[in-house]
Amino acid sequence: MTALSAPPASTPAPARPRRTGLGVLVGVLLVLLAGVSLFVGVSDVSPASVLGDGPAAFLLVASRIPRTVALVLAGASLGIAGLIMQMLVRNRFVEPSTTGVTEFATLGMLATIVLAPGMPVAGKTAVAALSGLLGTWVFLRVVRAVPVRSLVLVPLVGIVLGGVVGAVTTFVAYRLDLLQSLAQWSQGSFAGVVQGRYEFVWLAGVMVVVAWLAADRFSVIGLGEEFATNLGLHHRRVVAIGMVVVAVITASVLVTAGLVPFLGLVVPNVVSLVIGDNVRRSIPWVAVLGAVFVVACDVLARVLRFPYEIPLSVVVGIIGAALFLWLLLRRRSRAH
Amino acid sequence: MIALEGVSKRYGGQTVVDDVSLALGGEGVTALIGPNGAGKSTLFGLVGRLVRPDAGRVTVDGLDVATTPSQELARRVAVLRQDNHVAARLTVQDLVEFGRFPHSRGRLTVDDRDHVERAVAHLGLEGYRDRFLDELSGGQRQRASIAMVLAQDTRYVLLDEPLNNLDLRHMGETMRLVREMADVLGKRVVTVLHDVNSAAAYADRIVAMRDGRVVADAPARDVMRPEVLADVYDTTVDVREIDGRPVALYYG
Ligand SMILES: Nc1ncnc2c1ncn2[C@@H]1O[C@H](COP(=O)(O)OP(=O)(O)OP(=O)(O)O)[C@@H](O)[C@H]1O
Ligand SMILES: [Mg+2]
Repeated sequence: MTALSAPPASTPAPARPRRTGLGVLVGVLLVLLAGVSLFVGVSDVSPASVLGDGPAAFLLVASRIPRTVALVLAGASLGIAGLIMQMLVRNRFVEPSTTGVTEFATLGMLATIVLAPGMPVAGKTAVAALSGLLGTWVFLRVVRAVPVRSLVLVPLVGIVLGGVVGAVTTFVAYRLDLLQSLAQWSQGSFAGVVQGRYEFVWLAGVMVVVAWLAADRFSVIGLGEEFATNLGLHHRRVVAIGMVVVAVITASVLVTAGLVPFLGLVVPNVVSLVIGDNVRRSIPWVAVLGAVFVVACDVLARVLRFPYEIPLSVVVGIIGAALFLWLLLRRRSRAH
Repeated sequence: MIALEGVSKRYGGQTVVDDVSLALGGEGVTALIGPNGAGKSTLFGLVGRLVRPDAGRVTVDGLDVATTPSQELARRVAVLRQDNHVAARLTVQDLVEFGRFPHSRGRLTVDDRDHVERAVAHLGLEGYRDRFLDELSGGQRQRASIAMVLAQDTRYVLLDEPLNNLDLRHMGETMRLVREMADVLGKRVVTVLHDVNSAAAYADRIVAMRDGRVVADAPARDVMRPEVLADVYDTTVDVREIDGRPVALYYG
């Protein structure tokens, strides 16, 4: 330690793990994958064939571009929803689908179909987002009330909560003969994404920007309520912003494509290992890697049984579960 | 000045802070001592707006803690809590930079960077700045937390057991740092200490609590008496003079 009276001679710009090379690599990978996503499918769309006015160009604009855009936005935003939840709860193993938020949003969507069948998609998204928000709130309340801080028990509480809400949803859907709609949402797929039917996923994109702007606040919240208060942050207000971000992302992806599991868990955890938890630094990584993950899985889903499509959630589930398991085992092998 | 006026806090039926009226921040370094459960951390919580009083009022420079915007207070008082474990994977540099949050809201200016650099240097953390907190020893983590509140650059600094986890050398260095914060930077430091000898050696004033009440409040030398310490801790303590300094002997 040096004396306080002698200030350091110079203040060098802090060197820190920036990983520029890796970042460029991941960015290029995303561009490549997005390119592949544009030109993979049953109908022939090749870069050459879209020049001109033929059906290929129409297909590109009406279906392939919306699909790719939706994939990128959904992937990026789901990753960030997971990241924000993990900061709010201070637990690595939470994301919308392990905290009941997704189940609440699904119940909201079912409610619109039953009570207001003619409602436009905007209304459905809003109702889903509101009930997702309710879900986040209930989860945070339950976690606060139950004195468990254990890394694994907290998401377990969330999964039980989600299970209860999910059971209610299934029961209602069963009684009203709506199981088919339910199955459609619980199986995430971007096959139905076409121009005019995917635009709500842009809302998730807006939430990504909101999260980006509030990045430092979320980092400070991640230090805990005591640190955050000491640093002059209005804890509740930031938690409220985070809840809205999470709920809107969950709802708009749900309405567009259905459930995409694990992503919000796996991507932020991988980024945390390499980059750390300073949200300002990790948020671009989470966004880009989330997008890479979903686009890659979707391309796989389209080519594995060509010309048929496997549901995206199956591919995401298998790869995501494997990655998650690896993360868990890795964590255990470290001392704490 | 930090002023508590008739402040009480109850948990269930237990009164853990009992009608305390106290002015802190008049002297350079004030040590707060007392047995486990005396209410020291709760008192800090009341000042740091983490605990709401059931009765009474807490003010900082005349600003009521209950009604003043949090950011305004964060530029005047920094509180390092006893249990300051950070679960997030942040680097030392990140943590210290967050100390500037009340001033910069995340956008560091040149001035902010200077404060960060000085704080890192004062705590001897230059070699660790890019290490993640979970890759440090307990004492190094503790020093990183102290660097954070130092970077916060507030007039009042409240440290709850800053010597936790520190080895002999770093205990001495941290207490000297506390002393310098007061003497060189003109800060007012209030620190909870369990080691009464550290308190006697480095503090100007010692406030002793027991069962939620202030039972002694005097210049350090006057608190370092066997009868006072015995009353505070409810155990016999011998006090000897060594090289002109009172030293409490509480072994065996
Ligand atoms: N949140 C709480 N709920 C219930 N009781 C509490 C709470 N916080 C503190 N207490 C009780 O208040 C009393 C004072 O606690 P406090 O943490 O202020 O003690 P302390 O003087 O800091 O002790 P230590 O030296 O052990 O840190 C204790 O008896 C404790 O059990
Ligand atoms: Mg304490």
